[in-house]
Amino acid sequence: MKKRLFLPLAFFVVLAAVLGVGLSLNPREVSSPFIGRPAPAFSLPQLQDPALRLGAGELKGQVWMLNVWASWCAPCREEHPLLVSLAREQAVPIIGLNYKDDPRNAQEWLLRLGDPYKVCVIDRDGRAGIDYGVYGVPETFVIDRAGIVRFKHVGPLTQEVWTREVQPLLQQLRG
Amino acid sequence: MLPELGHFALIVALFVALALATLPIIGAARNSRAWMALARPAAQAHFVFVAIAFAALMTSFANNDFSLVNVAANSNSELPLAYRIAATWGSHEGSMLLWVFMLAGWTVAVSLFSSRSPLAMVARVLGVMGFINAGFLLFILFTSTPFARLLPPALDGRDLNPLLQDPGMVMHPPLLYMGYVGFAVAFAFAVAALLSGRFDAAWARWSRPWTTAAWMFLTLGIALGSWWAYYELGWGGWWFWDPVENASFMPWLAGTALIHSLVVAEKRGAFKAWTVLLAIAAFSLSLMGTFLVRSGVLTSVHAFATDPARGAFMLSFLGIVVGGSLALFGWRAASVGFAGSFDRFSRETLLLGNNVLLAAATGAVMLGTLYPLALDALGLGKISVGAPYFETVFVPLMAPLVLLMGAAPLARWKSASLADVAARLKWPALASAAAALLLPWLAGRFSVGVALGLFLAAWVFASTAVLLLQRSRGGAGQLARASRSFWGMVLAHVGIGIFIVGVTMVRGYETERDVKMGLGDHVDVAGYRFTFRGVQEATGPNYVAVRGDLEVRPVAGGASLTMTPEKRLYKEQQMPMTEAAIDAGLTRDLYVSLGEPLDEKTWTVRVYHKPFIDWIWGGAFVMALGGLLALTDRRYRVAVRRERETSLPPLREAAA
Amino acid sequence: MVRALLLAMALTAGAAQAAGPAGDVAADTVLEARVQQLAAELRCLVCQNQSLADSHADLAVQLKGQVREQLRAGRSEQQVIDYMTQRYGDFVLYRPPLKARTVLLWGGPALLLLLGAGSLAWGLRARPRAADLTDAESSRAAALLEP
Repeated sequence: MKKRLFLPLAFFVVLAAVLGVGLSLNPREVSSPFIGRPAPAFSLPQLQDPALRLGAGELKGQVWMLNVWASWCAPCREEHPLLVSLAREQAVPIIGLNYKDDPRNAQEWLLRLGDPYKVCVIDRDGRAGIDYGVYGVPETFVIDRAGIVRFKHVGPLTQEVWTREVQPLLQQLRG
Repeated sequence: MLPELGHFALIVALFVALALATLPIIGAARNSRAWMALARPAAQAHFVFVAIAFAALMTSFANNDFSLVNVAANSNSELPLAYRIAATWGSHEGSMLLWVFMLAGWTVAVSLFSSRSPLAMVARVLGVMGFINAGFLLFILFTSTPFARLLPPALDGRDLNPLLQDPGMVMHPPLLYMGYVGFAVAFAFAVAALLSGRFDAAWARWSRPWTTAAWMFLTLGIALGSWWAYYELGWGGWWFWDPVENASFMPWLAGTALIHSLVVAEKRGAFKAWTVLLAIAAFSLSLMGTFLVRSGVLTSVHAFATDPARGAFMLSFLGIVVGGSLALFGWRAASVGFAGSFDRFSRETLLLGNNVLLAAATGAVMLGTLYPLALDALGLGKISVGAPYFETVFVPLMAPLVLLMGAAPLARWKSASLADVAARLKWPALASAAAALLLPWLAGRFSVGVALGLFLAAWVFASTAVLLLQRSRGGAGQLARASRSFWGMVLAHVGIGIFIVGVTMVRGYETERDVKMGLGDHVDVAGYRFTFRGVQEATGPNYVAVRGDLEVRPVAGGASLTMTPEKRLYKEQQMPMTEAAIDAGLTRDLYVSLGEPLDEKTWTVRVYHKPFIDWIWGGAFVMALGGLLALTDRRYRVAVRRERETSLPPLREAAA
Repeated sequence: MVRALLLAMALTAGAAQAAGPAGDVAADTVLEARVQQLAAELRCLVCQNQSLADSHADLAVQLKGQVREQLRAGRSEQQVIDYMTQRYGDFVLYRPPLKARTVLLWGGPALLLLLGAGSLAWGLRARPRAADLTDAESSRAAALLEP
């Protein structure tokens, strides 16, 4: 029995293993190239007072979360109660980035559903979003004291993701 | 009632398939005639029940039975009848049933057209096919039944995806599946041979027509899909190296290698082990393709709604069928017998070269398609592999293949003279070089890519001419007496040449203008003047549309024609669709696509001139025609005719 | 009646005069060709496997606009590609960059070909040459074939 003749089988077993692992992956998710790199700078007008601006640099020295959202985004509604309760517990400062939205709609939305944001900035044309590699809403980033991006979550933030991944990370980053 | 009947028929079919999968094979191993003889009737009964199920689903669609989830999700009462029927296979569940129906069809065909084969072989072949049938039926019954009821029934359906409401799309899945599924026959023959340990030339001879038939259907199915994308998607592309397209292309490449390998196995008794492996590979690639489209593992515009649970089932099935057959190969292939002897330079070697190149090409496509998945699975991040990669690696593999294609038919079996073949090819080489240098210059612009493409195409035509000349040395009669197999080969190879011309010319000389057109405005493209005459509203059975009106006239003078591109809005799904207007011609297509309205009177319009683009699908059609011709070769027809003419009952054949 | 007809003709003639050669949608067709070519190599991130050139999705149009802007501003194709990969990773490129992790991808097909050709050559080398009959065998065959 020539061993060589089993090479095709061996190859197939490896292939099947790869395909099997593939079943648990999401091929459409874009992994963020920012993890471990400095958060891109921005300087955007604030939603509640457009005369004022907020820059990413101003947040250095604390661990914070950036939440990209819009009033026209249905999944954002799903995660909003969690964000509101996190804000109430003062678990972590949440900065909102209102993405490609009408500020009036955004303000109304927050009035109705609650405002978890320490500050919310307006990214009218989505440029800042592109700088952060945003491709859909909602997306949430965790940024450390030195301004380095440590974590990105695409899609609504769930209790599970918060407990399993974000909370331990925050603890770690705060030392 | 009818859907329940269909569901019940599927269950019965499953049990018949399970019987078919086990009893005849055991019978062959034990030399039990009675058990082996069960194969044919079981295959036929299986087909009847699957057909009943398929008919039940199709009838439900035709009759707008919105109490079925599948019908409600994919059809609509305003959908024309032809598309309601096609909606039968417009979903994952329905197309799986189509798959099984085709497989049952091939199985019953093998049972009907194999009376001259030894019973043991037929028993094993049908048994293997029964096994595959059973697996798919299990998959359907447990994870993807098309007969699920929707209670309370929907008032009307969600309509078939407008992209699928087109004659091309209607025919594309059936043809494609006929091809995919048809390779199961070659697979079954290979596994049967491994089980029995018998690999005489008869095995290759039985396999060949089935393989050619499957290949022919796959060629047509892929070509039709490509042509459909071209005229339906609105920007004139015809191949995107999308994972699902690649999933259909890989079995085609392997199938082409298999056909050539079978020729040698039949005629010369050589390459038998390799041929068996190819037969297993071709169908395995079909199965893998089915898995890729439906499991959510790869992103594709073609992918059905994804479900990892279904994916897991399919992968397990893949593991059993492919893993099992490859294990069997490892265990038994050594007994296949040594390949016949042939010289270092001979037709056999050149055909081996063909196989090496096609295998490398298949491997390259698979590599590109699955590499992102492999990297992601290993945690090495995400990349994308698209057209730029495939075009870079594929063309260098195909060019030598085309060169070989010209040389191999001129080389003798067993021992050929390199000097002789080279001498015969001198003239084609010169003619091709001349064509490659002159034609682009005549067309107005020289480019290396065009020159290379035209060289290869001219090479194909010129070397075929030399071949025909050689064959007619003994007079034209000799050529006329050449077998259909020979003419099939000639036609198939010429088809490739035609295809290359199409691709080369379109790539090299296509022109496009993207313009803003108001009433009366005109744009000149490639010697044609397109004048915009405005838009008007139009309606269809289940859509409303804006129809543009353009008059087209050659600048140099000549008859004018009207082109009417449309922008449709399908009512139910509220989905906008662009219907390009195409004026097809032998030497060019004019392609006009309506863009967006800039104001009441002005629209953006895209106008394309695509030279020789229809040669792409024309070439594929000629290839398929070649396959058809080869299928109807005298030796297969004589066998059938001889049976009919004989009044004596067939001799009882000893079980092998 | 005639007057009305003349008036109508004058109006349509006037309308025809206003018509002329259609202007390109793109302000600069040479630039646009470069934009299209580059956009064809970039992935639309919100689509099911389409390029920026082919997609009409919001983000795709916006990113294509970015490409146009940057090329117009004089940046090179490579700089635009870097801009995109900085934000979205290599995933956004349809032409995978040659890196350590893609060496096998780019080299694979050539490797496969070499392997195949190599085993072919090795297999042929080991093959005994198809021998003609020896003289003794020839005469034996002749004797057997005699009636």
